[in-house]
Amino acid sequence: MARALINVPAAAKRGEIIEIKALAQHNMETGYRRTQLGGLIPRDIIRQFVCTYNGVEVFRAEFHPAIAANPFIAFWTVAIESGTLAFTWTGDNGYSVNESKSISVG
Amino acid sequence: MNKPNSRRNFLVAAGGLAAGIALPATVAAQMPGAPAATQEAIRRMVGTARINKGKVTLDLPALVDNGNAVSLAVRVDSPMTESEYVKAIHLFTEKNPQPDVASFHLGPRAGRASIATRIRLADSQAVIAICEMSDGSFWSGSANTVVTLAACLEEI
Repeated sequence: MARALINVPAAAKRGEIIEIKALAQHNMETGYRRTQLGGLIPRDIIRQFVCTYNGVEVFRAEFHPAIAANPFIAFWTVAIESGTLAFTWTGDNGYSVNESKSISVG
Repeated sequence: MNKPNSRRNFLVAAGGLAAGIALPATVAAQMPGAPAATQEAIRRMVGTARINKGKVTLDLPALVDNGNAVSLAVRVDSPMTESEYVKAIHLFTEKNPQPDVASFHLGPRAGRASIATRIRLADSQAVIAICEMSDGSFWSGSANTVVTLAACLEEI
Protein backbone atom coordinates (compact mmCIF):
# COMPACT_ATOMS: atom_id res chain seq x y z
CA MET A 1 0.00 0.00 0.00
CA ALA A 2 1.56 3.17 -1.13
CA ARG A 3 1.38 6.04 1.33
CA ALA A 4 2.77 9.50 1.56
CA LEU A 5 3.20 12.09 4.32
CA ILE A 6 3.17 15.78 3.50
CA ASN A 7 3.75 18.78 5.73
CA VAL A 8 2.46 22.11 4.39
CA PRO A 9 1.42 25.06 6.58
CA ALA A 10 -2.40 25.38 6.49
CA ALA A 11 -2.22 29.17 6.32
CA ALA A 12 0.40 31.70 5.29
CA LYS A 13 0.78 35.40 4.61
CA ARG A 14 0.91 36.49 0.98
CA GLY A 15 4.52 36.44 -0.18
CA GLU A 16 5.72 34.34 2.74
CA ILE A 17 8.31 31.68 1.92
CA ILE A 18 7.02 28.37 3.25
CA GLU A 19 8.79 25.05 3.72
CA ILE A 20 7.23 21.90 2.32
CA LYS A 21 8.27 18.45 3.51
CA ALA A 22 7.20 15.31 1.68
CA LEU A 23 7.89 11.66 2.37
CA ALA A 24 6.69 8.66 0.35
CA GLN A 25 6.62 5.11 1.60
CA HIS A 26 8.83 3.11 -0.76
CA ASN A 27 11.69 0.60 -0.45
CA MET A 28 13.77 2.25 -3.18
CA GLU A 29 15.35 -1.09 -4.13
CA THR A 30 18.68 -0.11 -5.65
CA GLY A 31 19.22 -2.93 -8.14
CA TYR A 32 22.69 -3.52 -6.65
CA ARG A 33 21.66 -5.83 -3.80
CA ARG A 34 21.77 -9.62 -4.05
CA THR A 35 19.88 -12.41 -2.33
CA GLN A 36 21.81 -15.04 -0.35
CA LEU A 37 21.72 -17.25 -3.44
CA GLY A 38 23.50 -14.56 -5.41
CA GLY A 39 20.62 -13.42 -7.60
CA LEU A 40 20.44 -9.71 -8.29
CA ILE A 41 17.30 -8.04 -6.90
CA PRO A 42 15.88 -5.91 -9.72
CA ARG A 43 15.77 -2.13 -9.36
CA ASP A 44 12.48 -0.67 -8.14
CA ILE A 45 12.67 3.03 -7.29
CA ILE A 46 10.66 6.24 -7.42
CA ARG A 47 12.13 8.15 -10.33
CA GLN A 48 10.34 11.48 -10.18
CA PHE A 49 8.63 13.80 -7.73
CA VAL A 50 6.66 16.84 -8.88
CA CYS A 51 4.97 19.58 -6.85
CA THR A 52 2.46 21.91 -8.51
CA TYR A 53 0.87 25.01 -6.98
CA ASN A 54 -2.59 25.66 -8.47
CA GLY A 55 -1.53 23.71 -11.55
CA VAL A 56 1.85 25.42 -12.03
CA GLU A 57 4.95 23.31 -11.43
CA VAL A 58 7.06 24.86 -8.65
CA PHE A 59 9.44 22.01 -7.84
CA ARG A 60 10.57 18.79 -9.48
CA ALA A 61 13.11 16.14 -8.48
CA GLU A 62 14.60 13.16 -10.27
CA PHE A 63 15.82 10.30 -8.10
CA HIS A 64 18.50 7.67 -8.64
CA PRO A 65 19.07 4.55 -6.50
CA ALA A 66 21.28 6.55 -4.09
CA ILE A 67 18.18 8.19 -2.58
CA ALA A 68 17.41 6.45 0.73
CA ALA A 69 14.36 4.26 1.28
CA ASN A 70 11.16 6.23 2.00
CA PRO A 71 12.44 9.26 0.06
CA PHE A 72 12.22 12.48 2.03
CA ILE A 73 12.32 15.88 0.37
CA ALA A 74 12.22 19.33 1.92
CA PHE A 75 12.01 22.46 -0.22
CA TRP A 76 10.58 25.98 -0.21
CA THR A 77 8.00 27.92 -2.17
CA VAL A 78 6.46 31.38 -2.06
CA ALA A 79 2.83 31.45 -0.87
CA ILE A 80 1.29 33.55 -3.64
CA GLU A 81 -2.41 32.72 -3.39
CA SER A 82 -4.89 30.37 -1.73
CA GLY A 83 -5.30 27.08 -3.46
CA THR A 84 -3.98 23.57 -3.76
CA LEU A 85 -0.53 22.08 -3.69
CA ALA A 86 -0.49 18.79 -5.58
CA PHE A 87 2.25 16.18 -5.23
CA THR A 88 2.98 13.32 -7.61
CA TRP A 89 5.49 10.52 -7.22
CA THR A 90 6.11 8.22 -10.19
CA GLY A 91 8.51 5.32 -10.53
CA ASP A 92 9.38 1.85 -11.72
CA ASN A 93 6.75 -0.86 -12.19
CA GLY A 94 3.93 1.64 -12.65
CA TYR A 95 4.34 3.25 -9.22
CA SER A 96 2.25 6.41 -9.02
CA VAL A 97 0.96 8.30 -5.99
CA ASN A 98 -0.98 11.57 -5.95
CA GLU A 99 -1.60 13.69 -2.87
CA SER A 100 -2.77 17.24 -2.39
CA LYS A 101 -2.93 19.81 0.39
CA SER A 102 -4.83 23.08 0.47
CA ILE A 103 -3.37 26.31 1.73
CA SER A 104 -5.11 29.56 2.58
CA VAL A 105 -3.11 32.69 1.89
CA GLY A 106 -4.25 35.98 3.38
CA MET B 1 58.01 -8.84 -37.91
CA ASN B 2 57.46 -5.43 -36.32
CA LYS B 3 54.19 -6.73 -34.97
CA PRO B 4 54.92 -6.28 -31.22
CA ASN B 5 56.01 -2.74 -31.87
CA SER B 6 52.90 -1.79 -33.82
CA ARG B 7 50.71 -3.51 -31.25
CA ARG B 8 52.33 -1.51 -28.50
CA ASN B 9 51.86 1.67 -30.47
CA PHE B 10 48.24 0.79 -31.01
CA LEU B 11 47.68 0.13 -27.30
CA VAL B 12 49.33 3.38 -26.32
CA ALA B 13 47.23 5.28 -28.84
CA ALA B 14 44.04 3.50 -27.76
CA GLY B 15 44.78 4.17 -24.08
CA GLY B 16 45.34 7.83 -24.77
CA LEU B 17 42.12 8.02 -26.72
CA ALA B 18 40.12 6.33 -23.97
CA ALA B 19 41.57 8.66 -21.35
CA GLY B 20 40.71 11.59 -23.57
CA ILE B 21 37.08 10.48 -23.78
CA ALA B 22 36.69 9.72 -20.09
CA LEU B 23 38.37 12.86 -18.80
CA PRO B 24 37.76 15.89 -20.97
CA ALA B 25 40.06 18.69 -19.89
CA THR B 26 37.19 21.02 -18.98
CA VAL B 27 35.67 18.87 -16.26
CA ALA B 28 38.89 17.18 -15.16
CA ALA B 29 40.32 20.60 -14.45
CA GLN B 30 37.20 21.63 -12.50
CA MET B 31 36.90 18.56 -10.30
CA PRO B 32 40.44 17.41 -9.64
CA GLY B 33 40.63 14.12 -7.83
CA ALA B 34 37.11 12.92 -8.62
CA PRO B 35 36.96 9.44 -10.17
CA ALA B 36 36.37 9.07 -13.91
CA ALA B 37 32.80 7.76 -13.53
CA THR B 38 31.85 10.77 -11.42
CA GLN B 39 33.48 13.17 -13.86
CA GLU B 40 31.64 11.53 -16.72
CA ALA B 41 28.28 11.81 -14.92
CA ILE B 42 28.96 15.49 -14.20
CA ARG B 43 29.91 16.11 -17.81
CA ARG B 44 26.70 14.45 -19.00
CA MET B 45 24.75 16.88 -16.82
CA VAL B 46 26.60 20.15 -17.44
CA GLY B 47 28.05 19.58 -20.91
CA THR B 48 31.22 21.52 -21.57
CA ALA B 49 30.30 24.49 -19.38
CA ARG B 50 32.79 25.81 -16.86
CA ILE B 51 32.08 24.86 -13.24
CA ASN B 52 32.97 27.54 -10.71
CA LYS B 53 33.73 26.84 -7.07
CA GLY B 54 31.52 28.48 -4.47
CA LYS B 55 27.95 29.68 -3.81
CA VAL B 56 26.89 26.12 -2.94
CA THR B 57 26.88 24.92 0.67
CA LEU B 58 26.46 21.22 1.27
CA ASP B 59 25.59 20.10 4.78
CA LEU B 60 26.52 16.50 5.49
CA PRO B 61 27.38 14.88 8.83
CA ALA B 62 31.15 14.38 9.18
CA LEU B 63 30.69 10.87 10.58
CA VAL B 64 27.85 8.58 9.52
CA ASP B 65 26.88 5.45 11.48
CA ASN B 66 24.62 4.05 8.80
CA GLY B 67 25.13 4.79 5.12
CA ASN B 68 21.59 3.72 4.28
CA ALA B 69 20.07 7.06 5.26
CA VAL B 70 22.31 10.10 5.46
CA SER B 71 20.68 13.52 5.92
CA LEU B 72 21.90 16.02 3.42
CA ALA B 73 21.01 19.66 2.84
CA VAL B 74 22.07 21.98 0.04
CA ARG B 75 21.89 25.78 0.18
CA VAL B 76 22.74 28.02 -2.73
CA ASP B 77 23.61 31.68 -2.44
CA SER B 78 21.06 33.28 -4.79
CA PRO B 79 18.50 36.10 -4.45
CA MET B 80 15.84 33.89 -6.15
CA THR B 81 14.21 36.72 -8.12
CA GLU B 82 12.56 36.54 -11.55
CA SER B 83 15.80 37.57 -13.23
CA GLU B 84 18.30 35.70 -11.07
CA TYR B 85 17.48 32.31 -9.65
CA VAL B 86 18.68 28.72 -9.29
CA LYS B 87 17.44 26.44 -12.07
CA ALA B 88 18.69 23.12 -10.80
CA ILE B 89 20.79 21.38 -8.17
CA HIS B 90 22.47 18.09 -9.08
CA LEU B 91 24.06 15.70 -6.58
CA PHE B 92 26.89 13.27 -7.29
CA THR B 93 28.94 10.81 -5.24
CA GLU B 94 32.47 9.55 -5.77
CA LYS B 95 32.33 5.92 -4.68
CA ASN B 96 28.72 4.77 -4.94
CA PRO B 97 28.08 2.12 -7.65
CA GLN B 98 26.35 4.85 -9.64
CA PRO B 99 27.62 8.44 -9.31
CA ASP B 100 24.23 10.16 -9.89
CA VAL B 101 22.16 10.75 -6.75
CA ALA B 102 19.38 13.17 -7.68
CA SER B 103 18.49 16.33 -9.55
CA PHE B 104 16.24 19.06 -8.16
CA HIS B 105 14.61 21.64 -10.42
CA LEU B 106 13.73 24.94 -8.82
CA GLY B 107 12.59 28.29 -10.13
CA PRO B 108 11.97 31.87 -9.00
CA ARG B 109 8.81 30.65 -7.22
CA ALA B 110 10.92 28.64 -4.78
CA GLY B 111 11.78 31.82 -2.86
CA ARG B 112 14.73 30.15 -1.19
CA ALA B 113 17.37 28.00 -2.88
CA SER B 114 17.52 25.29 -0.26
CA ILE B 115 16.64 21.60 -0.30
CA ALA B 116 17.05 18.66 2.04
CA THR B 117 16.83 14.91 1.51
CA ARG B 118 18.29 11.59 2.69
CA ILE B 119 20.77 9.62 0.60
CA ARG B 120 22.67 6.32 0.59
CA LEU B 121 26.45 6.22 0.81
CA ALA B 122 28.38 3.05 -0.03
CA ASP B 123 31.70 4.24 1.37
CA SER B 124 33.51 7.13 3.05
CA GLN B 125 33.66 9.67 0.29
CA ALA B 126 32.95 13.17 -0.97
CA VAL B 127 29.49 14.23 -2.14
CA ILE B 128 29.41 16.92 -4.83
CA ALA B 129 26.57 19.38 -5.43
CA ILE B 130 26.48 21.27 -8.72
CA CYS B 131 24.07 24.14 -9.16
CA GLU B 132 22.83 25.57 -12.44
CA MET B 133 21.92 29.27 -12.36
CA SER B 134 19.39 31.09 -14.53
CA ASP B 135 22.23 32.87 -16.36
CA GLY B 136 23.66 29.50 -17.45
CA SER B 137 26.61 29.43 -15.05
CA PHE B 138 27.46 26.40 -12.92
CA TRP B 139 28.69 26.44 -9.32
CA SER B 140 29.83 23.57 -7.16
CA GLY B 141 30.30 22.65 -3.53
CA SER B 142 31.31 19.41 -1.87
CA ALA B 143 31.52 17.76 1.54
CA ASN B 144 33.43 14.76 2.84
CA THR B 145 32.05 12.17 5.19
CA VAL B 146 33.23 9.02 6.93
CA VAL B 147 30.78 6.09 6.72
CA THR B 148 31.13 3.25 9.25
CA LEU B 149 28.32 1.00 7.95
CA ALA B 150 28.04 1.14 4.17
CA ALA B 151 24.83 0.97 2.18
CA CYS B 152 24.33 -1.46 -0.74
CA LEU B 153 26.27 -4.37 0.77
CA GLU B 154 23.77 -6.29 2.84
CA GLU B 155 22.12 -9.46 1.58
CA ILE B 156 18.51 -10.37 2.15
